[in-house]
Amino acid sequence: MAALHFHNVTLGYDRHPAVHHLSGEVAPGALVAVIGPNGAGKSTLLRGIVGILKPLDGTIHLGGLDARDIAYLPQSAEIDRSFPISVFDFVGTGLWRGTGLFGGIGKAARDKILRAIGAVGLSGFENRPIGTLSGGQMQRVLFARVLLQDASLIVLDEPFNAIDAKTITDLLALVRRWHGEGRTVLAALHDMEMVRNHFTETLVLARGPVAWGPTAEVLTPENLLVAMRMCEAFDDSAAACAADDISSRAA
Amino acid sequence: MLYDALIGPFTEFEFMRRALAAVIALALAGAPIGVFLMLRRMSLVGDAMAHAILPGAAVGFLLSGLNLFAMTAGGLVAGFAVAILAGVVARSTGLKEDASLATFYLASLALGVTIVSIKGTNIDLLHVLFGNILAMDDQTLLVVAFNATVTLLVLAVIYRPLVIESVDPLFLRTVSRAGGPAHLAFLALVVINLVNGFQALGTLLAVGLMILPAGIARFWSRDLTAMICIAVTAAAVSGYAGLVLSFQTRVPSGPAIILVATVLYIVSVLFGRVGGIVRQLFPGRHLEA
Repeated sequence: MAALHFHNVTLGYDRHPAVHHLSGEVAPGALVAVIGPNGAGKSTLLRGIVGILKPLDGTIHLGGLDARDIAYLPQSAEIDRSFPISVFDFVGTGLWRGTGLFGGIGKAARDKILRAIGAVGLSGFENRPIGTLSGGQMQRVLFARVLLQDASLIVLDEPFNAIDAKTITDLLALVRRWHGEGRTVLAALHDMEMVRNHFTETLVLARGPVAWGPTAEVLTPENLLVAMRMCEAFDDSAAACAADDISSRAA
Repeated sequence: MLYDALIGPFTEFEFMRRALAAVIALALAGAPIGVFLMLRRMSLVGDAMAHAILPGAAVGFLLSGLNLFAMTAGGLVAGFAVAILAGVVARSTGLKEDASLATFYLASLALGVTIVSIKGTNIDLLHVLFGNILAMDDQTLLVVAFNATVTLLVLAVIYRPLVIESVDPLFLRTVSRAGGPAHLAFLALVVINLVNGFQALGTLLAVGLMILPAGIARFWSRDLTAMICIAVTAAAVSGYAGLVLSFQTRVPSGPAIILVATVLYIVSVLFGRVGGIVRQLFPGRHLEA
């Protein structure tokens, strides 16, 4: 059974598609990189998977997964960093699945939170307000929360943007650890070298899928060129889409 | 002498004791709400909501005169209607919450003014606008205490989702559906506390005892729990000092309370430990790490 199943999925905003007619499936435990130029629909696709954006058309099957089995790391701009909350409490929200509205945070949970903070190399930062962290440290905090969510599907939206090499190495190690534990991981990425070296499967997205499969076969200059040439045009008066004519669109 | 000035009024007069009890109840419930309003960048939403309550209170006033029960009920209905309509519109369309709220509160305010001008030319209306905490009867005091209790209980229930929704709404949306209901419940609490406050302070100043203490707290702590405690204390102290000030001078009680809070606020802006002006001018030598 596939962890994720896309049936002719179209996702978008205000009827304009950002991801157009995507079909395919992601096997459980797969480590998938989603690449493509800006505006290719990577973030949109991930938002569709975690359920905060409803498909305009088609369906996304989660293979029996509950929304709580998904950990989603959005681009961090959407977090109110000025809110007075400590690193410990913020990371602790990752335990929501277990604690819910009222569940207490006991000794075991505290240890778990401390371990997660330690695992991303931020021991000693527990009581710092999140507003005092650097960009890289905040990204580590977000990874710690994903770690605590203990999800079987992990969705990362450009997790390594504006992050230094050392932090990337540490966080990539976490991604590989999740892969080793049999979790399904999807990540929107820009660094081709990283994709080639660390991700087994790649989806090249340019509104429609350009290519999807084992990274070595998919990550070819030709495919990337096709994706780059993707029509970025946003047609205000576009007609309703009638055909599933993806190939002509991509070419 | 000092006893006569600071404690005497309360041992001597029952209306002062009632007023003190009311203002402490208002502080306990309103200040935490104010802290969340401020942290969610909704400080002016409280102000808008205070206007939205007017038509309901006016209808209650016209139907049964200066009956605080009727005015409270009317205010609650109008406030809830505006808060929930605005919340629903903001959540189901792309419209930002503030824009949506502005529309509804302006409509509500226009309606309120219309209702008042059709049938009212009353001096008692000053009462609605500026309140009179010194005229509390037992019934009104019980209503105020009841509303404060409900507020604290509901706040306890929605505390966790409310905090997470304030920091990282997207995260809460992915793990839980509690965000929407928590937000609506919070708006309802804002309305309840405004109505609660206008019996004491009037529709125009009710929001003051919520927002000013929150602003004060922001200058003394970076921790949410501490901020809430500081805000409650600041509100209670303002209430007490305002009552004393009003008793000893001819300043009306509502404005006196808010003016005391304003003085505390100015002191906090100047000398606050967190980001106060003096602290910024003379930060001391930088630390080692």
